[in-house]
Formats: sequence, C-alpha cells, structure tokens
Amino acid sequence: MLTRRALLKGGACALAAVAAPPRFLARAAAAADGRRKVLVAVFQRGAVDGLSMIVPHGDRDYAAARAAIAIRPPRAGDAGAAVDLDGFFGLHPALAPLVPFWQSRALAVVHACGSPDKTRSHFDAQDYMDGWLARAAMTVPAPRSPFRAVALGSTLPRVLRGDAGAISLASLDRFDVRGTAEAAVARKGFESLYEQGVHDLLHGTGRETFEAVRMLKSANASRLAPANGAEYPRSRLGESLRQIAQLIRADVGLEIAFTDADGWDTHVGQGAEQGQLANRLRDFGAALAAFAQDLGDRMTDVVVLTMSEFGRTVAENGNRGTDHGHATAMLLLGGGVRGGTVYGRWPGLARERLYEGRDLAVTTDFRALFAEVAGRHLAIAKPATLFPGWSGGSALGVLS
Amino acid sequence: MTHRLAAAAVLVATCLAASLAPRAQATGPVPAADDAAIVHALSRLGFGPRPGDVERVKAIGLAAWIEGQLEPRRLDDRAAAQALAALPTLTMSTAELHREYPRPDLRQKSADPQMAPRELFNRPPPEKRPVRIVAEMQAARMVRAIESERQLEEVMVDFWFNHFNVHAAKGEVKWYLTSYERDVIRPHALGTFGDLLRGTATHPAMLFYLDNWLSTRPNFTVPFGANRGKRAGLNENYARELMELHTLGVDGGYTQTDVTEVARAFTGWTIERPRDDARFVFRPRMHDRGEKTVLGTRLTSGGGQDDGERVLSLLVHHPATARFVATKLVRRFVVDEPPPALVERVAATFRGTDGDVRAMLRTIVAAPEFWAADARGAKIKKPFEYVASAVRAMGGHVDARAGFFLARAAAEMGEGLYGAQPPTGYPDRAEAWVNAGALLARMNFALALTQRRLPGVTLDLSPLAADAAAPDAALDRLLAALLHGEAGAQTRAVLTAQLTNPEIRRQTPDDRGPANTDVAKLAALVIGSPEFQRR
Repeated sequence: MLTRRALLKGGACALAAVAAPPRFLARAAAAADGRRKVLVAVFQRGAVDGLSMIVPHGDRDYAAARAAIAIRPPRAGDAGAAVDLDGFFGLHPALAPLVPFWQSRALAVVHACGSPDKTRSHFDAQDYMDGWLARAAMTVPAPRSPFRAVALGSTLPRVLRGDAGAISLASLDRFDVRGTAEAAVARKGFESLYEQGVHDLLHGTGRETFEAVRMLKSANASRLAPANGAEYPRSRLGESLRQIAQLIRADVGLEIAFTDADGWDTHVGQGAEQGQLANRLRDFGAALAAFAQDLGDRMTDVVVLTMSEFGRTVAENGNRGTDHGHATAMLLLGGGVRGGTVYGRWPGLARERLYEGRDLAVTTDFRALFAEVAGRHLAIAKPATLFPGWSGGSALGVLS
Repeated sequence: MTHRLAAAAVLVATCLAASLAPRAQATGPVPAADDAAIVHALSRLGFGPRPGDVERVKAIGLAAWIEGQLEPRRLDDRAAAQALAALPTLTMSTAELHREYPRPDLRQKSADPQMAPRELFNRPPPEKRPVRIVAEMQAARMVRAIESERQLEEVMVDFWFNHFNVHAAKGEVKWYLTSYERDVIRPHALGTFGDLLRGTATHPAMLFYLDNWLSTRPNFTVPFGANRGKRAGLNENYARELMELHTLGVDGGYTQTDVTEVARAFTGWTIERPRDDARFVFRPRMHDRGEKTVLGTRLTSGGGQDDGERVLSLLVHHPATARFVATKLVRRFVVDEPPPALVERVAATFRGTDGDVRAMLRTIVAAPEFWAADARGAKIKKPFEYVASAVRAMGGHVDARAGFFLARAAAEMGEGLYGAQPPTGYPDRAEAWVNAGALLARMNFALALTQRRLPGVTLDLSPLAADAAAPDAALDRLLAALLHGEAGAQTRAVLTAQLTNPEIRRQTPDDRGPANTDVAKLAALVIGSPEFQRR
C-alpha cells in the first residue's frame, strides 16, 4: 500500500503526481449546516455467519443444510426463535434489541453481500477494503479536524490506513501524555520532537496526535455520560461505541469512525438460538441499540454500517460450526437509511445456486454498498474512485 | 560455516555494498564493521545495544559475534536463567500445569447460579489462576529479550511464534502454550522449517487453536467425551491456514479443493487426554481413508497418518513455501517491502538447504541489502521490540516481576504477547504500529521507565549522568549512548533547547547526577523520540 506519506518520503516528484486538487469542494453543502455527517463502520472480524445473523427462514433449503445450527423459524409465541422481518428473512433472536429500529425503518439489511475476492482468506478479503475509509475521509467536503477519522482500538485497521491521518485510540481517558508532575514538560518536549523535520509516517502521526490531544482536552468528551438512558454492554464493542458517541456529541469533527468486534470465526460449536454465536450477536445487538439510543436525535446525521470479510459455508461442518464461505449480510442503521427492507437479490440456497457448490453467492459486491454510503451519506462525488480498479456498480437505494 | 568464512561473508557484503555506492550516495559505502554497522547488527539480530555492547562486539569481531548468535547453545546465559527461575510454570509439563492451575469446575456454577464464568475463574488467588501460565510466559519473553545473551534466538522465537501463531485465550490453549514454545518453537527457532512445521502440526496448541483435533471423516460418531454419541465430520480451519499462513502463502497456487483435500488428509490428527498431559495421537477411526489429491499429487487410499506427513512434506518442498518464508524473513530483518532479488536469494537458500533457518539468516546477513544505508533504521520497532530495546539502552536489568509490567506496557501499545487472536499473529510492518494512541503509549512508557516507576526494573543512571554538570556534555553522552549518532538535527535542537528548561535544569543534586541537569527527564524524551522508534 502506497500512502501519501510514504511518497513524501520518496520525494517531491512522487508527491506532485498524487496531490490532486480538491475537486470535491463544490459539494461542500453537506457541511454548511455545521453538523457533520458521521459514518460509523463496525467490522465483525473473523467473518460473521450471515445466515444465522439474518436468517433466510423462507428458503426451503436453509434448515436442511444446518441440522444442528439452523435458527428456528419465527412462530407466534416463540420468543426463542428468529424474529420475522418480511416473511422470508428473520433476525437472530439475540438481535432482539434491534427490532424497534427495524420497525421504525432506521435499520436496513443487505444480504448476499460480499467481497469480489475468491480466496476465502480473512486477510486477502481485507485487501479489497484497504484504505477505502481513509480515502473517504480525505475526500469528505468538510473542514479538517484531527478527529475526522478515528478507530477505536490500539492498532490502526487496514481500512483506515493511508494518508488521511486517522487517529486510533483505545480509550479517550488515556489519550494523553500521562503521569506525575513531569507530564506537562514531557508533553511539550515530545510535541516538539515530532513537530517538524522529516515528512514520514512517524512525524506525521506524531503531529496529528498532539493536535488531537489538545482538542480532546478542551472538548472534554470523556466526561459525557450516555444519554436517554442508554446502557452499553460492558464489552469491548460496547466501550468503543460508547466512546464514539462521546466524540460525536462533543463535536470534535468526527466524520468516520471505525471499531471492530472479534470472535466471529466460528469453526466449532457455533450454536443456534443460544450458544457461541448467539452470545456474540447479543453483545453486537445490545451495543448498536445502546449507541442509537444514546445519540437520540443526533442519529439523523449518523449511519452505522456493519461489515465482515466474507460469510461462512451454507452447510454446517463436522463440528457444528461453519467454515469460510462467501457472501454474508451487512446492516445499516441510522438517519437517511431506508430501513425496514432487506436489500439485494437473494441467490437461493439450493445446491446448484451456491458459489462453488458450497457458499452463498455474492449478488451485491460490497464495494457497491460502500460506495453508495460514501456518496449518499458522506456526499463524496465519485465514490467508486475509493476502490482502485473498480468502475462502480448500481446503487441499491438503501439510503435516501 | 567457520568463523573465517563468516567473516569473509561480511567482508563480501561490505565490498558489494561499496560497489553499489553510486546508488546509495547519501551515506556512501558501508564501512567495514564500524560502530554503525555493529549498532545495526545489534538492533536487527537482537533487541538493541546495551551500554558497552558495541565495544564488546568490536572486541570479538562483528562476524564472530554473528556466528556466536547463530549457535546460541554455546553462549553462557546465566543472567537470564537466574531471573527466569522465579517463574515456576516455565519448566512444568502440560499435565503439571493442568494439576497446578486447574480449570475452575464449571459445575460449581449450579451452586450459585448468579456467578458468571469469569468470576469462577477469578476465585482462586491470582498466582493459582490459569491465566498465570500466560502471564509467566509473557514475563519470560520480556526477561529473555532484555537479559539473554542469545539475542538472535529470542528474535527468532518471536518470529516463529508469530508465524505459527496460537491465541492463548482460546479454550485449552493456555495450558498448552508453555510446551508449545518451549518444546517446539524454541528448539527449532534456528533449526529447519520442516521441523517447525511438523512440530506445530502435531502439537496440541495448534491442533486445538485451529480445530484440527475435532476434524474427522464424514459421519463419525464420537465415542466418548462431552460430544459422545454425536456425529462429527470435516473441519477445514487448520488445512486452510496451513497453506495460506504457514507455508504457501495466499497466492501460493492452492484451490478450495486443495483445502478440503488437505483437511481430509489430517482427519484423525488429534489430542489424547486433552485435559491432562495432552499428547498428539493419530486415531485411525477418525481418519478419512479415501483417496485424496493435494496440489496435483495423489495420495492413495488407506494412507493413515502418512497422508498428513506427506502433505507436510509436499508443502515444505513447494517453491511457494520457500518464497513465502523468505519474504517474511527479509521483512523482519531488512525492510517492510522486501527487495525481490534478496527474497529470491533467501528462497534459493531455503530450497538448497531444505529450509535451514541458519543458512537463510546467513544469506541475509551476507546481503548488501541488509547493510545498505537505506535499510538502516528503516524498520519501526514492534511494541515488544521497543520495550525491550528501551530497557536495554538504558542499561536496565530486570527480574521476573518486571517482566509482568513490561509485558503490560507492550500490550498498551497494541502487542499483548500471546494475545493475537487471528492466525496471522502480529504484523511486522510500520503501518500497523504507528498510530496516535500507540505512540502516546510509547511516550508514556518512556516516562515510566526513566522515572523508575516500573517495579523490578533496575536502572543505573550514573554513567549517563557523569557529565551532568556540563549540560551540553550530558546531552552528547546521552545521544551517543541511546541513539548512537542517529539523532536527527531536529531532535538534537529540541533537546538542546530543553537544557535551559527549569524543569530539566534542576538545582538540587541527587542520584540522577551531581549537578543541575536532569538526565532522566532528557532520557525520557530520547526514548520517546522518533529516532528511537526505529531499528
């Protein structure tokens, strides 16, 4: 991956070649009302089983492929079964906290969605996502803030690597030079060490870091308690989303936030209505619901987009788990989402309809979904260019 | 290879580099075994220089030092062994670990239904909880990186552990972890790739982590255990990562059919008495006896355990494996974007020596690319490397207790040892580690270390403070000791300006120096500086 910072190190000629003029300023209208649009990307790391998350109970091949792990179809009075969405698809019962958002049409699903990658590799699949959020952050027509792109976690995810100067942090509280009396002197000293001089990854990151530290201090974001009675699960995802909400409410200029939740690589003992995957989904659903409740009216400016590397095999494997597959389901929650609908063409689970005879086929290239979100929600003019070598696809209409 | 030959290799490298000088004009040709070359070697083949190391290497000769590192068993390592003696789990067998650090009996839960599994795990005193096993392993890694004379071996243990990663927090792995590193990774860290591959393939830690212990022929009925009477079948988790991450690499030319066929070949490779001594066993009844075709090679039916052995052999000898392993080694020792020519030479060594790790390392240290000016300082230290190198640079010594705190510091920077969940292990590229939160964590560590807030770390600042009465001399000494002439103009200017800062120019003398420059505070800035993040 070649970043602008890497090029800067390489020399001025290289820089001239990539320093594109700000073509997107014409569409700065989105920022005119002073409230920024925010995209929150939640990555389900390890490849979530879309067929258990959003259950195609109306597909007659579903239950047969999964003797031990199929989710019971919706039935009146059966609270432990899938929650019906549209007569064909249902929500995993552990996602019950999301039902109100479906009913109020703030939640949409895109099914049979996935990467054009063929390898079923966790790591290769992410190549197609490399840097797109970073590129999106750079092209959003809004004034720059050090908190424009933020990842919650102690490493910067690949989707945010690049030259957008994305910030990563594990905790707002700890985001400073801390310690005893010497902290103030040290902070100043460190800041000057990274202030000038060489244009490389380290110095660039250092400069952005101290800008962000100052801004965060004055905004006092970490003091904001969850609003509207929201209760986040005490998990890593809950903590991350709670802090993303703090950044949004503190108006530090956040546009793109990223967080991830792991534990989705369920090769063994995946479980059905209860069990391993259900526990992960319970946390996932509760965290998303708390986030939306916490932000209340501010959700009109926010879209949460969930994503994963790929889906899992249609048939369960020999250990009541699932192996690496192809398409999965992705969720959108927030303002401007035309919710209450499952988007995407359903390819079917009959064996002859499966990709290589084993996986749910991809009918929506996830780049088409990501581009639509970038274009409609973040007002990026040519969102297909966020994905090098891709000429674009047709919009699903999932955002108004 | 004799010492003389090794010396010749370095000389050859030096001459080659000199002949390439026009392409690396900025700093001119690589000088033969000068201080900078020694610092480079200590930083790449180990966890960075301690005070006096450059002189010590100079005394025995750089080539001889490298050769010594390639034969770690011959190096006296008493200091490290002494510190490690306080960590009893390191020498325990898997059976002993199960006995001494038993898994809480989840059935007790019924007595108190309110109690969460986590609480159950936290009921024994900290030194008796199963997580203690992992904590001691983390501490040991830190202690060894700092105190061990066998620096290259420690680098390779870290490298191979990441290559053959297992995640300590997954199920039974924590009880297997000690043996996995001690009995498979460490003994073969400078051995052959085939031994590492076979060792990991048959170790309970890997069998459990990538689920192969449960993978069976279709419609196998589990005869005992928790799943007694249930049907079991194929699980392709290990088969895929074996090819994608351990051997061929994702572009190594295998297909989904190969994944399934390899998974079939490994059915029956499982764990005997998983909650006791946990030994590898091949169970013929779990094995899929049918014919398989792997990467175009037919394995006739009825091969039994030999199916898996043959797959491992095919993979070890596949040219894609040589290239994949060579690429990762060059990335670790030279630069993030490995030069293809050097990768090819290292891959050729792999092919020519049947995956001899020492031979590949010799190819790397004999390469002009290794010594090239643009390779020096080109790598960003991973958190583990950063923490260890900082303590070493400050002349610090650590006991086992320090190991726990230092491991926690590395975790704050994003590298919790044995804590990488995905089978890739931790990345070895700058972009993964350079980010705002992690950079602040590094600066905070630099402060904690130099202000002596880390229990168990002993720092003797007196050699650094010797010139503290003359601020400029103190700074020069500090930069020489910690950055070895690599301080950039910006860093020097900022630190010079600090010399007049009243916080640094203290009035009261103490053990940080007889007079008025607080060397500890200056050192914090140097350890947190951009230059010290590089190796």
